[in-house]
Amino acid sequence: MLAWTIYISFLGVLALLLPKVTPRAARIIALLTAVGGLATTLGGFLHRSDGTMITIIRVPWIPSLGIEYHLAADGISLVLLLLTGIVAIAGVLFSWNIEYRTKEFFAFYLALIGGVYGVFLSIDLFLLLVFYEIAIIPKYFLIAIWGSTRREYAAMKLALYSFVGSALVLIGLIAAYVVAGGKTMNLFVRPRFPFPLHFQMWAFPLVFIGFGILAGLWPFHTWAPTGHVAAPTAASMLLAGVVMKLGAYGCLRVAMTLFPRGLDSWGFHVLGFGSWRDVFALLALIGIVYGAMVALVQQDFKFVIGYSSVSHMGFVLLGLMTLSQVGLTGAVLQMFSHGILAGLLFAVVGRMVYDRTHTRDLAMLDKMHLYKFIPFAAATFVIASMASIGLPGFSGFVAELQVLIGAWSAFPLYAIGAGFGIVIGVAYTWRAMQKAFIGEAEGTSADHSLPPISIPERVGTLVLIGASLVIGLYPQLLLKLVIPALNSPLFSNLRKESW
Amino acid sequence: MNAFPFISLLTAVPLIGALGTLSFGARNKNFARNLAFSSSIVALALTLVLCYRFDSGSGELQFQELHSWIPAIGVEYHLGVDGLGLVMLLLSAIVVPMSIAASWQVKEGPQLYFSLILFLQAGLFGTFTALNFVHWFFFWELSLIPAFFLIRLWGGPQRATAATQFFVYTMVGSVALLLAFLAIFQCTNSFDFISLGELARNGQLIPALASKLGWHRLAAEIIALIIFCGVFLGFAVKVPLIPFHTWLPPAYAEAQSGTTMLLTGTMSKMGVYGFLRILLPIFCVEMRSVLTHLLWLAVATIVLSAFAALAQNDLKRILAYSSINHLGYCMLGIFAAARFTGDSAALATDKVAALDGVILQMFNHGLTAATLFWFVSLLEKRSGGLRGLNDFGGLRKVIPVFCGLMGIALFSSLGLPGLNGFIGEFLIFRGVFPLATWTAALAVIGLLVTAIFILTILQRVFSGPLNERWSTMPDLSIGERLALLPPIAIMFVLGLYPQLVLGVINSTVVKMVQQVRY
Amino acid sequence: MTVGYSELFRLVLPEVIVVAAALAVLTTDVLFMRNAGTRARFAIGAVISCIGCVGAIAWMLIAPQQANVFDGTLAIGPQTQLIQISLLGIAILVIGLSIESTFTTHVGEYLALILFATTSMMFLVSTQNILLIFISLEMLSLSLYVLTAFSKRSTRSAEAALKYFLFGGMSAAFTLFGLSLIYGLSNSTNLIRIASAIRGPSLNPLLAVAIVMTVIGFGFKVAAAPFHFWAPDVYQGSPASTATLIASSSKVASFVIFYQVLVIGFAGAEGRGGWGQYIPGWVPVLAIVAALSMVLGNLVAIMQTSVRRLLAYSAIAHAGYILLALISHAQQSFDALLYYTITYALTVIGAFGVVAVVENQIGSDSLSDFAGLSRRAPALSFCMLIFLLSLAGIPPLAGFFGKFYLFASTLNAEPQTLGILWLVILAIAMSTVSLYYYLQVLKRIYIAEPPPQAAPIRTPIVSQVVICLIALSIMLLGCAPNIFLSWLQQAPRIARF
Repeated sequence: MLAWTIYISFLGVLALLLPKVTPRAARIIALLTAVGGLATTLGGFLHRSDGTMITIIRVPWIPSLGIEYHLAADGISLVLLLLTGIVAIAGVLFSWNIEYRTKEFFAFYLALIGGVYGVFLSIDLFLLLVFYEIAIIPKYFLIAIWGSTRREYAAMKLALYSFVGSALVLIGLIAAYVVAGGKTMNLFVRPRFPFPLHFQMWAFPLVFIGFGILAGLWPFHTWAPTGHVAAPTAASMLLAGVVMKLGAYGCLRVAMTLFPRGLDSWGFHVLGFGSWRDVFALLALIGIVYGAMVALVQQDFKFVIGYSSVSHMGFVLLGLMTLSQVGLTGAVLQMFSHGILAGLLFAVVGRMVYDRTHTRDLAMLDKMHLYKFIPFAAATFVIASMASIGLPGFSGFVAELQVLIGAWSAFPLYAIGAGFGIVIGVAYTWRAMQKAFIGEAEGTSADHSLPPISIPERVGTLVLIGASLVIGLYPQLLLKLVIPALNSPLFSNLRKESW
Repeated sequence: MNAFPFISLLTAVPLIGALGTLSFGARNKNFARNLAFSSSIVALALTLVLCYRFDSGSGELQFQELHSWIPAIGVEYHLGVDGLGLVMLLLSAIVVPMSIAASWQVKEGPQLYFSLILFLQAGLFGTFTALNFVHWFFFWELSLIPAFFLIRLWGGPQRATAATQFFVYTMVGSVALLLAFLAIFQCTNSFDFISLGELARNGQLIPALASKLGWHRLAAEIIALIIFCGVFLGFAVKVPLIPFHTWLPPAYAEAQSGTTMLLTGTMSKMGVYGFLRILLPIFCVEMRSVLTHLLWLAVATIVLSAFAALAQNDLKRILAYSSINHLGYCMLGIFAAARFTGDSAALATDKVAALDGVILQMFNHGLTAATLFWFVSLLEKRSGGLRGLNDFGGLRKVIPVFCGLMGIALFSSLGLPGLNGFIGEFLIFRGVFPLATWTAALAVIGLLVTAIFILTILQRVFSGPLNERWSTMPDLSIGERLALLPPIAIMFVLGLYPQLVLGVINSTVVKMVQQVRY
Repeated sequence: MTVGYSELFRLVLPEVIVVAAALAVLTTDVLFMRNAGTRARFAIGAVISCIGCVGAIAWMLIAPQQANVFDGTLAIGPQTQLIQISLLGIAILVIGLSIESTFTTHVGEYLALILFATTSMMFLVSTQNILLIFISLEMLSLSLYVLTAFSKRSTRSAEAALKYFLFGGMSAAFTLFGLSLIYGLSNSTNLIRIASAIRGPSLNPLLAVAIVMTVIGFGFKVAAAPFHFWAPDVYQGSPASTATLIASSSKVASFVIFYQVLVIGFAGAEGRGGWGQYIPGWVPVLAIVAALSMVLGNLVAIMQTSVRRLLAYSAIAHAGYILLALISHAQQSFDALLYYTITYALTVIGAFGVVAVVENQIGSDSLSDFAGLSRRAPALSFCMLIFLLSLAGIPPLAGFFGKFYLFASTLNAEPQTLGILWLVILAIAMSTVSLYYYLQVLKRIYIAEPPPQAAPIRTPIVSQVVICLIALSIMLLGCAPNIFLSWLQQAPRIARF
């Protein structure tokens, strides 16, 4: 049943390509499709919510190569499907005002969502790669046609980086396929094959970095701020909220599951690193701190949020590297939490502020005293910022809590570094909020005729804040899906480490 | 256990009030004010009911509620009150209506202002009753945000810097707290204050920390000390202790006086409460190892802040430094009580006295300081915003009732016997002298200097030649007199009959001292 | 093995049908159609040619043959017939697209030459005798030279044809020289016997020269670097349908025969090209050629402003990828090669079809003329999107699976050591680069604004049908490649006696 999330999205695309569709109809079709996707996910959620892997469909596709069309979902996939559904709906709501080539916009948007759903559901590695690459082209067009600052450059950069990432993954996967006898690409079966250690030692970092590029692993993250800033609001929400999670999901689901021995100690030390785990943990930490520090000095409002995404994804990657149940759970939870919150932050910056004031320069906004004219936007941004710094009561807190607990045992110094990153996070968020909304600079106030916040925007905001609040106050809803999933046999190789 | 969820209900009242004020108060400002005030009165009433039903004889936690919240990481919804918590709840419940009354005339966005105050109150109620770290941290942070906005949006000319400083200091402290407790959780698998205290008493805390956090070549005691420093930082910023105090004078000065009442009346007590509830039971051993330094910090806080107050010209700043000074006595009492005294019964009694004094001082100072800031706000209203020490003179002739009542509050702050301020300080000194004689002796300097600056206020503002500008200043109206009556009355009542509060807290304190005996 | 004339006739009946169709087209056009309009003549001629091709296909499907006659001169089997069917199909598509051409009045000659070229390709893939290989190659080349020059009013066309002819002549010389050296070494013209004759412990220096010569000759034919210099000009200068033919079926046939000559004929002299595992032979030579093609083709394509030249350089790059199949020379590699070249040919036909429409209606094939095409011709643009993304290797299109299959089979040839891994990595890397320039074209089509006075484009109906059909098949082959794969794999292998 969950496979219908994919099919509905692509059916939506087809519906939008019909010649007689008006912009109004296009928006409604898109909204219905997005809601349909979420409804399907919730249906699957209620149907079986114990977090274990359920196979949805498994048919041979290319028998001579052992490739199957195999979709399945476990707790982790369900959480991410939920995230996609929520952010998709919010994205459609926040794009309600797009007038230029509306049909094509929503067509590309739904195609992207369909691809993302596909990645989260695929168990056959070939199929996963297919959906992963399907998602690249709509991203390009969304940014290049409807974007803003330097959109063509940003779109090309994003597309090429993503493609390079998937190329790296392709190399690793084909090599694994061949070394294991070329009989199957199935994610359940593959990990049981004892890949030789030296093979895992180079295949693991290759595939991890390949997915890591999309996840914003430092130093391969440079596409992210440029891309997010250039993209139109809904695309930024999806990019930062969901697509970056594709990368992290790939790291967990593919790299770490297929090549668990790749994380083992090398036996020798280079510059203080003894294994790929040390290297990637440090890169994650650098991402956290670097992203935060660069966000602190930005003049463009959207760039602040863009760099903050890099910083938050660093938490996800750090959590993955802790290899403990609490750390991995925190990583998955952070994927969900940051997805929602990044969506909300970009919505405020892009849709509520930029579409009205046509500027993102903090110095200009400082003079506009926006909290008087669009208090809803100000309040939303305040709540979203607090949630994203990890204020208790919102989803970010529990996620970061778990990652930090996990990090304490594995990399105590990095845990302190991450704490430092949180403090800087507070600083840049607060700076942005003060300058953009409660600015005290002398200057003419904004034109009093700023359009009020429309109904679709309010609904979208409520959806996102509601999701973050619910999970923040009652994280058991998601935790009871994720923890059994992490305890399943699929992760047994990882578990030998320390659980 | 898990009887009628009284405390959850109590915490929910200001939350509901805040949401109501925010949603419905936008149209009608009066409605906002009235709703907020009624909500705070309801909370006060509930707190009084709680006091009535509280069993003062036992030192145990009462009205406990325990629910599982996030089992995977040991987070529980766990709260309860003992004597300490009850007194703090009462203080919050009293100060908040005072603050609302003092801010009755706020012009811009009153619904937001009052709802922020109510959110703050909910945060306070939660902080003073929570017993599981994550649960407690949630409310700790919840109280921080409204305070920031209260300063930032309604404050004086330098409010941006003041608010930011306030926020940054407190955040850094909070993060340090969080990291330290996460480390503790990693090693002991528990976030619960009570069980952690027990672990510490059994001497199992340090080995647990050392085994799981075996950072290369560090001795177990050093690891525990580092964790202790993290937690200490979190609370030291809040009290504040010198040298972490620099955020306080600007914040108190720039905020609207109604806000400052809250800040000084309740939020500063959060820091001291943290020392009592968390640091003392769990980290007593570490405190002992650095006791001398801590005592000196306390003395520095007391003395230096008093001298600083002497040098100020702005009434609010004087009172701000005086706040630091008064809480310094609390810290002195706590640190002295941490000293290892084995089974000595006499010294145990001294500790009981010291801690009794600390809690009493918290309550009294909260009330008195809040009242004093209320008076300053009334004065500001009449003077059109001026509040410098030298701006006034001879006001006694023009507004005698005002000066009389403010004089009472000032004398209470000074520690005049017969008013509530005396007992707390007396008990603290009574307890600290045997335990840490030299520090107590030095702390007396603080008392002297406090007397000087308070008398200076009395002299410059109330007495002396009349400043012609204020010859037509209106005195307190009937409404204001009625509003100010309760706090002044309490000052007298508690001054003459402190047993009212002491009776409630004594058994709790005795238990606390017993727990520190190891 | 010798056979009688009737038997021989039955074996070559498909080719005969095609030749007959060519002659019929010529006759009809010369005798009856001189006064009709060009379009009508093209239409009639196309119909006759298609009937011929379809007839040939039908004969091959109804009565499949398997034989090896005259010492390998004619070696046909199910797989050869499959290739021939594909070639005929491609010819039908090309002819369909050429109906709207306006560049010539010599319609009959044009179509006849296309059919002759197809015939020569059919012979080329069904022989294992180096003499017939050379003859077919020459026949193919000569037809293509003339087809390139067909646009008499265009200087570019003449220039291209001359370049093609000169380069081609030189490479034919290389090929002939190489093949004759082989004959000298092995005393036989049959590939299989050549293989057994030259098999030896080490590489005979004369054999090395022969290998290099042969590689040069065939490398020219498939437009691999550094023998590619004719390709950009020919792709750009020749008439659209000729360029299509050169880019598609000529590639298919040339690669097939290249494979056969090297893998069957030079079977003992492969050598190894793995990293750190060098053994001299034709594999390392091909590895260098492949690497050069991939790098050069992709990097130079980035700078192009003419879509045709861009497609030419991308053809060079794709030649590099396909050479991987030869380098790994396993059975699965041949299947991958067939799949890749045939789907590539289809894609290229579609792409050139779109380019032809744009040239006809807008004026030229430069990138700026494609601006805003998506608003002027939405269906056409969507098909172009499919084609270019398939070339780039984006799923779920045929190009992606083709590349995947190619790379997987290359590595699968030596599963333990992953032999030529470095070249596969280079291929994937260069393939990533290719996305950039394909997106440049798509950027013009979808993102740039059309010129202010632009009217919607009217695509001729036949071209539209052909292009859409190809686009559909690319999507289908991408989503369900098994359709084609099972057909490829069930056909028993080329007979090697």
